Amino acid sequence: MAVLTDEQSMLRDQARAWTQDKAPVSAFRKMRDSGQALGYDPATFAEMAEMGWAGVIIPEAYGGSDFGYLSLGLILEETGRTLAASPLIASALAAASAIVLGGSDAQKQAWLPKIATGELVATLAVDEGARHAPEKTALSAVTSGAGYALTGGKSFVLEGMAAGLLVVAARTSGKAGETNGITLFLVPADAAGVSRTPLELADSRGAADIAFENVAVGPDAVLGQVDKGWALLEKTLDRARAGLAAEMLGSAQQAFDLTLDYLKTRVQFSQVIGGFQALQHRAAKMFGELELARSCVEAALAAIDADAPDAAELASLAKGHAGETLFLVSNELIQMHGGIGMTDAHDAGFYLKRARAAEAAFGGRAYHRDRFARLNGF
Amino acid sequence: MADFGAEADLAGFRAEARAWLEENFPPSLKGQPNIMMAMMEGLQADGDLALWKSRMGAKGWGTPTWPAEYGGGGLTPQQARVLQEEMARLEAFNPLMAGMGISMVGPTILDYGTEEQKRRHIPPIVKGEIRWCLGYSEPNAGSDLAALQTKCEDKGNHWRINGQKIWTSGAQWSDWCGMLVRTDPTARKHDGISFIMIDMKQPGIETRPIKLIAGASPFCETFFTDAQAEKGDMLGELNNGWTVGKRLLQHERASQTGGRFATTPPPPLQEIAKRYVGVDDKGRLDDPDLRPRLAAHLMHARAHGLTLARAAAESKAGAGNAASVLKNSATAMAQTRAELTIEIMGNRGLGWDGAGFSDDEVEAVRAWLSGKAMSIYGGSAEIQNNIIAKRILGLPDMTKSD
Repeated sequence: MAVLTDEQSMLRDQARAWTQDKAPVSAFRKMRDSGQALGYDPATFAEMAEMGWAGVIIPEAYGGSDFGYLSLGLILEETGRTLAASPLIASALAAASAIVLGGSDAQKQAWLPKIATGELVATLAVDEGARHAPEKTALSAVTSGAGYALTGGKSFVLEGMAAGLLVVAARTSGKAGETNGITLFLVPADAAGVSRTPLELADSRGAADIAFENVAVGPDAVLGQVDKGWALLEKTLDRARAGLAAEMLGSAQQAFDLTLDYLKTRVQFSQVIGGFQALQHRAAKMFGELELARSCVEAALAAIDADAPDAAELASLAKGHAGETLFLVSNELIQMHGGIGMTDAHDAGFYLKRARAAEAAFGGRAYHRDRFARLNGF
Repeated sequence: MADFGAEADLAGFRAEARAWLEENFPPSLKGQPNIMMAMMEGLQADGDLALWKSRMGAKGWGTPTWPAEYGGGGLTPQQARVLQEEMARLEAFNPLMAGMGISMVGPTILDYGTEEQKRRHIPPIVKGEIRWCLGYSEPNAGSDLAALQTKCEDKGNHWRINGQKIWTSGAQWSDWCGMLVRTDPTARKHDGISFIMIDMKQPGIETRPIKLIAGASPFCETFFTDAQAEKGDMLGELNNGWTVGKRLLQHERASQTGGRFATTPPPPLQEIAKRYVGVDDKGRLDDPDLRPRLAAHLMHARAHGLTLARAAAESKAGAGNAASVLKNSATAMAQTRAELTIEIMGNRGLGWDGAGFSDDEVEAVRAWLSGKAMSIYGGSAEIQNNIIAKRILGLPDMTKSD
């Protein structure tokens, strides 16, 4: 655990107590079994927002607490532990970051206070194919009157059905694959020409495919600079990556704790299975990986708070390493539990499914190894 | 919240350290950390090296956090970090690291020694006058160290020692040895062991260097035939040597976590890779399989570095169980780097000697081979995993090693 300020310690303790009490895994199971189409329980999210969790990275002038990314990461780690489903990642982390970083005062004034109170869910709409590839943005935005008309499609938009506001990456010039010519737009989800199709995912969270057909927006919908949106998009994605990595760290930590408990209680051959060295050494390996992952996640969040020059590299390191660790631990969670871990009645499957969905969002291990190599000049 | 008073004191110390180092570090030694490796392998200090060693010894800064009353630097851990940063800035190195005195024996004497033992043994370590080795492993006591058989008998006015040690690092160059011996053959195996300090310069001790796969002979077989140790040179109580010996191993692990030794970072591996492998038209390494593996290694290295920094910030570094995690991580990282380096060099990463290869190429091959020992010595990777499983994770001990 990083050396925390008093405020951060309090925030973490509050988040831990609240998630264990109000949003345990059993609540996630209930939400899933109820067939809740949004992929989260709005009443639970409203409580989170009431505690200020949706405004942690939003400046005080716009209704937030401006506690920073390390603080938000502490909350996300706890929601990751219990798989507490909510739009925190999509709205309070990703979309809010884009507006805080790139918004005009009017845009901030219009959207951030509503995101902070939780009355509005916003989200990033970036990827268009099966895999994370922001530079391949093809959705076109052509000038139309004083504003623009957007045509194209976005896939795997987190909380796409719940969102009232979409932060859309569009191409205003150049061609897919080029980083120049990308512009971000703020598009209300109910704008004419926007149609949404819910995706039913293995992890039971909310996501949607979204089609844009000649969606007209005014010039005030442009977030940041026309054609020069790449840097803003990368900075936004890095914040999303580091924050999601914190959630993944929490999930991995909990999956490991569950496994360790099982190793200490399950008896075979007249002894607890945790006495077998073949399992002990795998447990030791997981423990080491978790320690390294925690260092990466905390360093990335701290670098973002400090606006450090290596924040991008550290965000890829954090997402990549948390992904590596969660992949390992979620598989061992199933394997070490044996048959019981394969049953739907056990929680193990929830962690495995969430692990892969989180892995795919904002770039997986392969994506971030490649990016880490690029950022290091090879 | 930052303590600005302490910060100001630290800034004052930084200025003091910088001035002293600039005044006393011989410029001829700048950027030559390889000298340290040579000293580890028996090089005798002379000229500027001897001068640097005597100055650092007199100042006590080779052992910056040891108490000043025994000649140590008396610095706080924060000041010691500042000192290390200032040394790195000047490309200086600690000339007193040769042997096991500073990293292991000294800290253990400070933990368990009597006042008299501290006064006798610590100052010569601080000044680098006495080089120490360690007598732990035996031919039949490797990972199962407590199976050791070297016998130590009470002969009234001295201890008499008979037996054989192996993998005694630097025994052929050492003046003294800290060793584990069996003092009660009838007790349970962990309970009959004591820790003895013994003068190596005596007829009852013979060392035979063992040539290793990398070509050098850094380790010895050491034979004890009616060797004698003084009565006052038992560290800790009679038959309590296992506890003392384990503490020493914690100091060893702490010294192998990759945080204390290096003062000059190695050249970035990606630059070596670009030189040997080449790049494509987008500037990417021109080997699509090697590239992500190299990236994964560099990411691990970064994660390890961040974990060292975090452990230091959380003040749980040093002699603790977390060191087992860091030792395994540091070992895996170093061995992967060595494997990648020779793979990157291709045929040139196989050079053993001679004019056909550069020094860097030959060094890469030697380091690759000698690095295989890292996951074996100081408690093998498997023993570290046992420690993590048992002491940190609370899983049952099936090896009955404690």
